Amino acid sequence: MSGVVGRRLRKLDSLKKATGEAVYADDISLPRMLHAKILRSPHAHARIKKVDFARALKHPGVMGVLEGKELPGKYGIIPWTQDETALAVNKALFIGDEVAAVAAVDELAAQEALELIDVEYEVLPALVEPEAALADKANVLHEGNKHGNVTKHVDLTFGDVEAALAKSAAVVEENFFYAGSTHTPIEPHCAVAQYDGEGNLTVWSSTQIPHYVHRELSKVLGIAPARVRVIQPFLGGAFGGKSDPFSLEFVVAKLAMKLGRPVKCLFTREEVFWAHRGRHPMKMRFKVGLSKEGAIEAVDSKILIDGGAYSSFGLVTAYYSGQLLTGPYQFGTYHFDSTRVFTNKPPCGPKRGHGSVQPRFAFEVALDMAAEKLGLDPIEVRRRNFIGQNVKTVNGQQITSNGFLQALEAVEKASGWKERKGKLGYGKGLGVAGSMYISGTAYPIYPNDMPQSGIQVKLDRSGKVTIFSGASDIGQGTNSQVAYLIAEEIGCDPRDCTVVAADTDLTPVDLGAYSSRGTFMVGIACVEAGQKLWALLSQAVGEKWGVSTEQVDASWGTFRGPQVDQQMSFRDAVQLTEAKFGTLGATGSYRTEKLGGDYRGGTIGASPAYSFTAHVAEVHVDVETGQWKVQRIWAAHDCGKAINPTLVEGQIEGSVYMGFGEAAMEEMTYYPSGLHKGPSLLDYRIPTSVDTPELSAMIIESVDPKGPHGAKEAGEGPLHPVIPAISNAIYDAVGVRFTELPFYPGQLFKMLKEKKA
Amino acid sequence: MLTLPPFEYHAPMELADALALLQKHAGKVKLIAGGTDLVPNMKHRLFMPEHVVGLKQISELNGVRGEGGFLVIGAMTSIADLARNPRVALLFPSLARAATAIAGPQLREMGTLGGNLCLDTRCVYYNQTHFWRKALGYCLKKDGTVCHVVKGGQKCVAAASNDTAPVLLTLGASVELASPNGRRAIPLEEFYVADGVANTVIEPNEILTKVRVPIPRAGLVTGYQKLRIRAAIDYPSLCVAVAAQQQADGKLEWVRMVISALGSKPHTVKRLEGFQGRALDAATIAELGQAAHRQCHPLTNINVETGWRREMIPVFVRRAFAEAMK
Repeated sequence: MSGVVGRRLRKLDSLKKATGEAVYADDISLPRMLHAKILRSPHAHARIKKVDFARALKHPGVMGVLEGKELPGKYGIIPWTQDETALAVNKALFIGDEVAAVAAVDELAAQEALELIDVEYEVLPALVEPEAALADKANVLHEGNKHGNVTKHVDLTFGDVEAALAKSAAVVEENFFYAGSTHTPIEPHCAVAQYDGEGNLTVWSSTQIPHYVHRELSKVLGIAPARVRVIQPFLGGAFGGKSDPFSLEFVVAKLAMKLGRPVKCLFTREEVFWAHRGRHPMKMRFKVGLSKEGAIEAVDSKILIDGGAYSSFGLVTAYYSGQLLTGPYQFGTYHFDSTRVFTNKPPCGPKRGHGSVQPRFAFEVALDMAAEKLGLDPIEVRRRNFIGQNVKTVNGQQITSNGFLQALEAVEKASGWKERKGKLGYGKGLGVAGSMYISGTAYPIYPNDMPQSGIQVKLDRSGKVTIFSGASDIGQGTNSQVAYLIAEEIGCDPRDCTVVAADTDLTPVDLGAYSSRGTFMVGIACVEAGQKLWALLSQAVGEKWGVSTEQVDASWGTFRGPQVDQQMSFRDAVQLTEAKFGTLGATGSYRTEKLGGDYRGGTIGASPAYSFTAHVAEVHVDVETGQWKVQRIWAAHDCGKAINPTLVEGQIEGSVYMGFGEAAMEEMTYYPSGLHKGPSLLDYRIPTSVDTPELSAMIIESVDPKGPHGAKEAGEGPLHPVIPAISNAIYDAVGVRFTELPFYPGQLFKMLKEKKA
Repeated sequence: MLTLPPFEYHAPMELADALALLQKHAGKVKLIAGGTDLVPNMKHRLFMPEHVVGLKQISELNGVRGEGGFLVIGAMTSIADLARNPRVALLFPSLARAATAIAGPQLREMGTLGGNLCLDTRCVYYNQTHFWRKALGYCLKKDGTVCHVVKGGQKCVAAASNDTAPVLLTLGASVELASPNGRRAIPLEEFYVADGVANTVIEPNEILTKVRVPIPRAGLVTGYQKLRIRAAIDYPSLCVAVAAQQQADGKLEWVRMVISALGSKPHTVKRLEGFQGRALDAATIAELGQAAHRQCHPLTNINVETGWRREMIPVFVRRAFAEAMK
């Protein structure tokens, strides 16, 4: 034990970010570099008849152009649903869909040239609402799709739901609506491409999935994968918004190849809204039945998912909207019926808490309604339904560690629930909610038998430890985590580690920063690599001291034996070991075990470990205006083991902030034409520091038997309960329920008025 | 990133030089004070001036000073300086409060009082990129012929969104406008017109140089309330400014209320003469709230529920008076 894991440490790169030294994609500037801009469709649904570049090519500074048919290869994150092209080949499917591109000597010239591209469109009827898209069999977005405008339909039943509902003492049946929201990373998407004389393509991209970008670039551009290199520089946030391959990556690559000059493309903020892939709007009908004692007998949901124009992760979204609801509570029976539909709007995808934040909101509010019917305390009803540890959920997911009860108790205590609930007076209330989330998904996105994560470590006789990690640090601190875990195993000072990350030429494959897989999967690979090196180090040092390997200890750069004079620097230990074994290096990898229910789709949502969260929110309502304020949110999260508690707290706070924003003000809204109502950070409001409530982040450590040092995820789970906890608190405060997001004060004002009348 | 269209930048040291530049490049020139309104609007291609004249170097446009019975505030005084000026806070708490409610700290350092008074009107269909407006089909304020707020509407209803204007209106302020022909002072009440395309009477060859606010006698109370979805960096969904002159016995000599951010012109609530001589008590304030409510009809020029914006008027009138009398 070397005392790195569990300590509050600064991120390895935090000063670089604070001082501006960190290099982001847009900071990259290469000699002779051109700037590309993408022309976008002003129509929500239109056939492209003709693209004429004649005028654009005459514009001063323009060096080249690109149209859809030059890059006809389809791509997409899910191999079975690839329906995107870099630029529209035949049809544009939403306002903002990519149609053509231009490269010029600077951004301004490129932007001006866009106005000079003449596109002839045949405008088709726009399907903006999912119900309309579902009903329309003639007007199909993706022509040839045998299910019309349905992208995925999932219908799974576990037990006799009808019978269970019939015998329930309290049944709640309610409609919920979750407005779409988007990620708003502060860094917009950016990519730079260089194609050298030897036929090697290098793409720097603000992506959280360099491996998939590598695969798709190779496929679409028709270049051998060994000739394609993808590098992820520092990233200014992603939250799932950079986990698809995006048009600009293909566009800069193709233009660089065509023109023989490096090309950069940086999205504007508005373009980030067009690229979107944010949280799906969901219309949800929930039936929840509880026994007299409060046991959850039956849960039945029907969910209509508004997918936007492309598939993205949608197949997974449809499953996640049902598969991830079956904890932390035991469900007697369960049925969900989820349909994802294509509409002529920017595509939805994975946003922090992919697919499960929406049904979690609906369910946790419905649970409160049912508890009220039975006269049960909202915390008590959740406690009574605790599913336990080392159990299978109703849909066959294997739960290992489970600290939900401790989390619930922590927020109950910290919020003074027992003393204060129901005694705060009109206008003030407390609300609770719980949730669970995955630590990575057992099933890789494309089927293969290779590891999901890999680590290579090089020990240098200088004492420097270089770690090659394929994982994507998108701000959550994966690179630091990698260094902590290696340092923990081999006894070096983590600050003596250099992490070379997310560069497909240099680092082993990692599937990317999604599904909260980093700490768990990359962590296990680190532990394996570290242990291999420790075996060599401890053997060489043990031999030198004449003690067994078990008697050798090392921490923070110093090796120690049982005798006081047995002490050695890490560097000396490496030199001793290198002398004995030769050049030092090791690899580690994470392979998924076979998990999940034995039915079609049973592997989706199957995770090697689940995190659990409980929140209590205290809300004060201004009953004259409908404005409400969260006084404080107490958030307790079971992350298994906090490898660095400061980073875990940061993830809890960031999650609560993001969920609060969705509850309070964030909404992707469109006019009937399919035009987004305000694709900017002025119109699409996210909370400022003045809006953000006080947060109490509490760490619960259940020490998972499989996780690295017992660790599970912390980056997405803590978002889930925020929204229902706030809705439940508003109900507690003023007796009206929000079943639709966001909880606009104007709407609350109206509801209060109606209630009075 | 959204690019700025190219332009030539001028930074005159003297007002006369700035006026000469306006004259010389008439029709192709914009003034820039703090730039917090103009720069995004240029990036959105709402304005593409060939020349931009910066006012920062002109010293006579800066500063807050007493002059006779007036507090004179230079047009280039930053919103942040206005918010933290002790005389402003003492004499006109509502003005200090309005200044503090504008945008966020960095933008308040950049933005100026003159700029805020000349703020372009705002509308969800207008303050968007060129691509967006093209996808919409443009609007009658810029590049188009139809109004998307009022179907069939012939008059632009983009909203006056300046926080300082309603307050200064309640304080009886006037502005000075300089042109090559000299200077004219006009009451702020006559400065704004109900036209969303251009809601002030400032001529293209004029520069707003200063604001004069009469220094109050004892018994003036002022208040300002702003409705917004986000607690910072948000334009108002509704502004309510109030001022009342009380006599020694507490009876009202006059009372003024200006409601803004609903239409293209800040609305000065009319027919309040009847309140003269009344005590500023709860019943009076409730009646004042109802008077304001009756006269205001917000439009869907912003994405915030119109009915709610209207219903908040009496509540905010009451709160503004409560704050005023603290």
